[in-house]
Amino acid sequence: MDPKGLAFLGAGLGAGLAAIGVGIGIGRLAANAMDGIARQPQSAGTIQTAMLIAAGLIEGAALFALVICFLLSGKV
Amino acid sequence: MSGAATQAVTEAATQQAQSAGSGFSVTDLIMGHITDGHEIEIPMTHVAIPLPHLHVGAFDLSITRNVVMMWIASGILVTVALVAARRAADPVPSGFRNLLEAFIKYFRDEIARKLIGHDADRYLPYLITCFFFIWTCNLLGLIPGFATPTGDISVTACLAVLAFLMIQAAGIKQYGAVTHFRNIVPGGLPLWLYPIMIPIEILSVLTKPFALCVRLFANMTAGHVVIIGMISLIFILQSAWAAAVAVPFTLFIFVLELLVCFLQAYIFTTLVATFIGMSVHPAH
Repeated sequence: MDPKGLAFLGAGLGAGLAAIGVGIGIGRLAANAMDGIARQPQSAGTIQTAMLIAAGLIEGAALFALVICFLLSGKV
Repeated sequence: MSGAATQAVTEAATQQAQSAGSGFSVTDLIMGHITDGHEIEIPMTHVAIPLPHLHVGAFDLSITRNVVMMWIASGILVTVALVAARRAADPVPSGFRNLLEAFIKYFRDEIARKLIGHDADRYLPYLITCFFFIWTCNLLGLIPGFATPTGDISVTACLAVLAFLMIQAAGIKQYGAVTHFRNIVPGGLPLWLYPIMIPIEILSVLTKPFALCVRLFANMTAGHVVIIGMISLIFILQSAWAAAVAVPFTLFIFVLELLVCFLQAYIFTTLVATFIGMSVHPAH
């Protein structure tokens, strides 16, 4: 097992797991936003704004992991 | 040991053959677009203007591509503001000034006054400058040939440091230095909780601007890497039919990038306003 190969493998797996995490998180967020808009169509604008902000913040967390993966694959 | 050596040699040989055969290295292309450089390219041409290196003592203050991009962004903002304020004495706004006033009114009412409270107008110039500067810098990166200043971690680190200083200054101005630092840890806790809460709260004061910095940097860089990677797929696969899939997807990601530019500027500004509000009203 070449250490460089393991490092690249770690970087790839890390990026993939981060993508899964953000997919699940933003998916649940969008599902609840849809529920809210379906119940109260007149508050659709507020819900949409809050949804976009929360999606941006959740994606920030996933991009932390992505930055670490970039650093790892760049050092190798 | 010889097994690993032969493996390394074959690896290097295949890599060399591959890159010599295609003459195209995705890593070099992506790194060339993301990292800063000492020359700037005029968009839509292949003219590259070399930029001066400038060393002051131990500091490298060269005028690099990102510096010129930030100057362009500042120039755009100053021009826009001056054009909009031409008839500032006129009580009824119209045209372009009306549009800018709509933005500023939204920031003043929905973000600054809601999150900071009574003293919001003092921090409004900083918040609006933050938002429009980050938005313009993000948008400049989408023009082919230009670079994204906020895709450089030094630039976002400076923005985060300024936000940190603004947050501490807001608290110190409101409460005085000693009370502000005591407000960091919420009061009214049982005594055994303090040894845990004090390090946590001190760390959170430092990690909040760090998160701002990395979030903005990673969002901007990741978008450009995906766009370049998708187009490079055509060249890696050496087939023109890959373009039928790659180009529409890249177009989609490009339009998404427009949304992300605005959204990241908005999130940065809203979070700084939230932190200033938490500093001024520690309502734990």
